[in-house]
Amino acid sequence: MARHRNIRNRSYSDDYDYEDVYGHSVEDDVCLSPSDAAQFIYDRSRNQHAISQFLESDDIQEEPEVDDNNSRPSFERRESMDLRGLNLSEEDETKLMSCLDELRNVLGDTVLDSILIQAVIKHKFDYNKALDEILNNNKQDNIKVTAEKTKILIESAPIIPVLDRAPIVSTSTVDKTILIASKPEETNTAVVKGFKVNNDTTYSRPQTPRDQSPAVTSRGDNLDESKSTPKVKENKIDPTIKYSNERGSDKEHLYIVVIGHVDAGKSTLMGHLLCELGVVSQRTLHKYEQESKKIGKQSFMYAWVLDETGEERVRGITMDVGKAQFETKTKKVIILDAPGHADFIPNMITGAGQADVALLVVDATRGEFESGFELGGQTREHALLVRSLGVSQLAVAVNKLDTTNWSQERFNVIVKKLKLFLKQAGFKDSDVTFVPCSGLTGDNLVKPSNEAELLNWYTGPTLLDVIDKFNVPERPVSKPMRMSINDVYKGTGSGFCVAGRIENGIVNKGDKVLVCPSKEMAEVRNIAINELSTNIAFAGDQVAITLSGVEMQNVSIGYILSDSVNQVPVTSRFEARLVVFNVKVPITKGYPVLLHHQSLIESAHIRKLKALLNKSTGEMIKKKPRCLGNNSVAVVDIEVCRPICIERYKDVKELGRVMLRVSGVTIAAGLVTEIYTD
Amino acid sequence: MKLVFKNIEKDGSGSIGLISEESEDMWHAYNLIAEGDSVTASTVRKVQNESSTGSSTSSRVRTTLTITVENIDFDTQACVLRLKGRNIVENQYVKMGAYHTLDLELNRKFTLRKLQWDSVALERVDMACDPATSADVAAVVMQEGLAHVCLITSSMTLVRSKIDITIPRKRRGFTQQHEKGLAKFYEAVMQGILRHVDFSVVKCIIIASPGFVKDQYYDYMLQQAIKTDNKLLIENKSKFLLVKASSGFKHSLKEVLQEPSVMAKISDTKAASEVKLLEGFYTMLQLEPAKAFYGKKDVLRANEALAIETLMISDTLFRCQDIQKRKEYVGLVDSARDNGADVRIFSSMHVSGEQLDQLTGVAAILRFPMPELEDSDAEYDYSDSD
Repeated sequence: MARHRNIRNRSYSDDYDYEDVYGHSVEDDVCLSPSDAAQFIYDRSRNQHAISQFLESDDIQEEPEVDDNNSRPSFERRESMDLRGLNLSEEDETKLMSCLDELRNVLGDTVLDSILIQAVIKHKFDYNKALDEILNNNKQDNIKVTAEKTKILIESAPIIPVLDRAPIVSTSTVDKTILIASKPEETNTAVVKGFKVNNDTTYSRPQTPRDQSPAVTSRGDNLDESKSTPKVKENKIDPTIKYSNERGSDKEHLYIVVIGHVDAGKSTLMGHLLCELGVVSQRTLHKYEQESKKIGKQSFMYAWVLDETGEERVRGITMDVGKAQFETKTKKVIILDAPGHADFIPNMITGAGQADVALLVVDATRGEFESGFELGGQTREHALLVRSLGVSQLAVAVNKLDTTNWSQERFNVIVKKLKLFLKQAGFKDSDVTFVPCSGLTGDNLVKPSNEAELLNWYTGPTLLDVIDKFNVPERPVSKPMRMSINDVYKGTGSGFCVAGRIENGIVNKGDKVLVCPSKEMAEVRNIAINELSTNIAFAGDQVAITLSGVEMQNVSIGYILSDSVNQVPVTSRFEARLVVFNVKVPITKGYPVLLHHQSLIESAHIRKLKALLNKSTGEMIKKKPRCLGNNSVAVVDIEVCRPICIERYKDVKELGRVMLRVSGVTIAAGLVTEIYTD
Repeated sequence: MKLVFKNIEKDGSGSIGLISEESEDMWHAYNLIAEGDSVTASTVRKVQNESSTGSSTSSRVRTTLTITVENIDFDTQACVLRLKGRNIVENQYVKMGAYHTLDLELNRKFTLRKLQWDSVALERVDMACDPATSADVAAVVMQEGLAHVCLITSSMTLVRSKIDITIPRKRRGFTQQHEKGLAKFYEAVMQGILRHVDFSVVKCIIIASPGFVKDQYYDYMLQQAIKTDNKLLIENKSKFLLVKASSGFKHSLKEVLQEPSVMAKISDTKAASEVKLLEGFYTMLQLEPAKAFYGKKDVLRANEALAIETLMISDTLFRCQDIQKRKEYVGLVDSARDNGADVRIFSSMHVSGEQLDQLTGVAAILRFPMPELEDSDAEYDYSDSD
């Protein structure tokens, strides 16, 4: 105690108050115990090992192949490879370490380290070959080893959906583990198969399903991808096969965005369709009917199915994209109900960016159609937007035809006008279908109408049939993973969720992904499609992913989750080919615009007008034009205020499209042709 | 700014004494002072004295120094102007040729001596000393998750605070997070306004947004003001003006300033008239491209033909280091003015000035159409740019 008192009475100012105390660091005075030191002090060598292990060790052998097969060798990647090539010895070491780790994973501690190292070096860090040899040598241990393997695989069961061949993704993880555990023999065979496939894909490469698959061209990418996550290596097989395994027997997913002028009846039409299909229960509908009556907006009762928030209901307009799903004969359809109001076009772009096909709703009422179709009406702008966003198939629902007494004449007038316009907008005639219907009465939605006036002249398909007939675009599952984030929120449990659409590739639970443009690593903790947890998600899916390893504040809407090896380019300057729409003022150099790229909105300006092109032939008309007028096509340089993730259009279509908007009007759409590294 | 004295010789050289009174005057000073000028101002300098025994003491001395300016540094946010250069008048503390950095201070006299006072510089002095032009407006442009709190003075638009918060979207079943995020965002905007807007100075506070965000925010703010009994907000309620804007980015201020209701309130600020002019230029470019020229080469040619009706030129061009270039632009302004053109010098601190800066910095609306430059010139232009 005496000592303590002593300290208390000590005059600190005497000890510490000379100026040069700032000169040296405080730690010098403090003793650290070794355990404390280990806990707090950063050990570079240890960490480097971890990183390089993650960063994919054996791409030396891979490199030529990657270059050959990869259609888009991105600048960053090549650079990083060069780097890796330089420090070879370090690499060998890390390769060895990772191989050993893998081997120990499989073999446990049954085999001596020295044997493992020997085997690995003998086979030039080829983990599979080394494993084969060791296993052959230890045949007597074989049973034990396989048992061990099974155990490991059961542990990692969530990431091997192939094992139980469950056609539906929604089986919970727990079920799977139990399933595997209860059928040991079956699992065993599955394990062997898993290894074989892996063996094939990496080096020895005899005829495998993958070689025959249409995705052979992107083999390099796949290899890279499969190795970027050494932990789940043994479970990686060709994404396309995986896709067909997972989704082959399932109905195809189709994302459809509903667009049109404000008050065209988009939400009502969809709401009624959902009701007729029985997705919405009678009770709920009754509730909506009563409530909407209460505030004197009974005609909005169907729209309330999709417009859920109080504000949307009170104002009677959709403000954010509503989402619902139903099934047709051949498809699982997810509808995205976009807002029609001009102020919410940014939301509409977010929705349309996720869609495969579009349903354009037009109001057939006299005057209403015209006002929506005129300059400044959303019918035009929406149609142009979805086309520029890559939607090529379009259904046009001529809505509220009951108000014109199902007049064929009126229908034909509208069809004629729209056809001409849509053709100009770039839709093929064969990809556009026109359907007369009424959202409020429900005619010709699911069942053919009973209205005699309509039946007199219309014998075509119902709206549901048209939706059913849409072609599902091919999903680029074998490309490197990209996912655009359109929502960031706190989920239940640990971590936080990001929602968005997977543009390319696949995501497994446990994958490491790169959050761009901030370039932070994160781990995929959980994947949910339509609120159902799943282990794997493919290109085209709308998912909610729980991330860990990054701070929620550091992720915002418009970011891209990217494969950690084949990274998405990050830049603030790029070249684009613009198609200028109807503009009030011409576009000049330095023109400030809002750039819409997926869900990202960023302010940007035109840096340079490079060339004016001929609209149909693409030939250059004029170098360095002074300004870009209405309906011109041009090559320009765009500079964004902050670096963004963007891809060339020829590499990743979805991430290579941009929209330019100024004061609430879309002035141009563009395709990214070149990315400048600053 | 107050003009103390003005001694300008016939050959254009001479000195002017000025006292800056508000932060905006620093901006004017920044535009006035060029490299090579000499500035006399009172400053504080650390002086080291060595006594006979060899021990040295340092003390801070307030003294008046005259330096030739070598480097000018302007902090737009704090409105601080720093001038670095060599001392040219020796005094007891500072030797000749010693470097010193002058911080121009408010309410202290400084003398600026130039070898050549050109018309643009003199006009700037007149403008700076004109007391009628001060009319401050605060503007908040916002959209869900993004807001800029700006202060618009007659020659500057200052972004005082940028609020960028990710708001979770509404999802089926739970809109709670969305509402929470929104409330957090509104709170941040309100704090930004309270912190950066001086209600006794500003004429009005414009709140601009697409959709209903501005109304929602206004409601939120009033509710909070009543709840927390914030007198400041309640008393100044009438100063708020809700206007439509297309987004929460800074350049949508341009739309705000074009709004008739806003224009009526701030008609005497430079910002609104500049926006209008630039818009006029763009409209002309659309309707009659042959009557709207931009780029130094084109405009010079138009000037030779006495065709310029309105000349728009950004003040960045006069701040350039190259004296020769500055002369060229001053010459252009003078001759255009002699020819009866309306010359507007845009402040590069306004949104419209920023845009003009990007558009080569100089543009003109012509009296009569002129043929566009031929291809050979375009080639030249191409190599000329960056």
